[in-house]
Amino acid sequence: MNTLADFTFVSGLLFAVGIYGLIVKRNALRMLFAVEIMINAANLNFIAFDRFLWSNLPLPQAALGQTFVLFSIALAAAEAAVVLAIIVVAYRLHKNVDVSELKTLGG
Amino acid sequence: MADIVFLAMMAVTVGGAIVALESREIVYGAVGLAGSLFGVAAFFFLLDAPYVAVFQITVYVGAVAVLIIFTVMLVRHETWMKEVTYSLGRLVGILTAAAIAVSLTFAWAASSAQLDIVPLPSTVTFLQIGQLISTSLSPALEVLALVLSASVLAAITLAKVEREED
Repeated sequence: MNTLADFTFVSGLLFAVGIYGLIVKRNALRMLFAVEIMINAANLNFIAFDRFLWSNLPLPQAALGQTFVLFSIALAAAEAAVVLAIIVVAYRLHKNVDVSELKTLGG
Repeated sequence: MADIVFLAMMAVTVGGAIVALESREIVYGAVGLAGSLFGVAAFFFLLDAPYVAVFQITVYVGAVAVLIIFTVMLVRHETWMKEVTYSLGRLVGILTAAAIAVSLTFAWAASSAQLDIVPLPSTVTFLQIGQLISTSLSPALEVLALVLSASVLAAITLAKVEREED
């Protein structure tokens, strides 16, 4: 049986990889990848803590953690759709998706 | 103690994430991201959350990954090939990521959390999640539906305005 620390370790590793990508990459799609990786690290952490520390509660509350992650996944999907639309528009305007060159988006 | 299956899933998840960020072609990066998200779904299965895992596969691997691949095909250009990465920025990124990982580990080790908890068998079923969503969390479900429709409208509007300008 894997312990809580194992899952937290994986989650922390994923989060660190996401931070690295967000700092290093200047390509908008790569930055979206990094954000998605970090969201998934947070979801994994949430489910792990819910399973190990929260699932002994009475029933309506025991299902709360999983329900929260369901909402989180749906929100992340909405965010990805909007970001991808912005990327397509930025590419049409600038023929480029390097965020350091998309100066007009900043207003 | 982590067993061999856990280690394999960890390798797929973290390796997929690294491929997503470091692959030479961004299409392979999208495939690596899909693999990483699939690995996270496998962890959800391992954590007795099969409904969340299936939802993850449906939404992420099924919808978001395909959406990303279509976007990559739409915006494909020669400039994709020569992504500029500055070595100093890479060093700063690696150092920051390592610092975050190490500080998380130390904070975890210094906390009073019990490392050897053996959880009781999970009693959560699909039925309870559905009941929770449709009763006490129904306002949140409504708000989520509004957010989703707003994001769809935003995506359509962004694309439509651009077409009229052409």
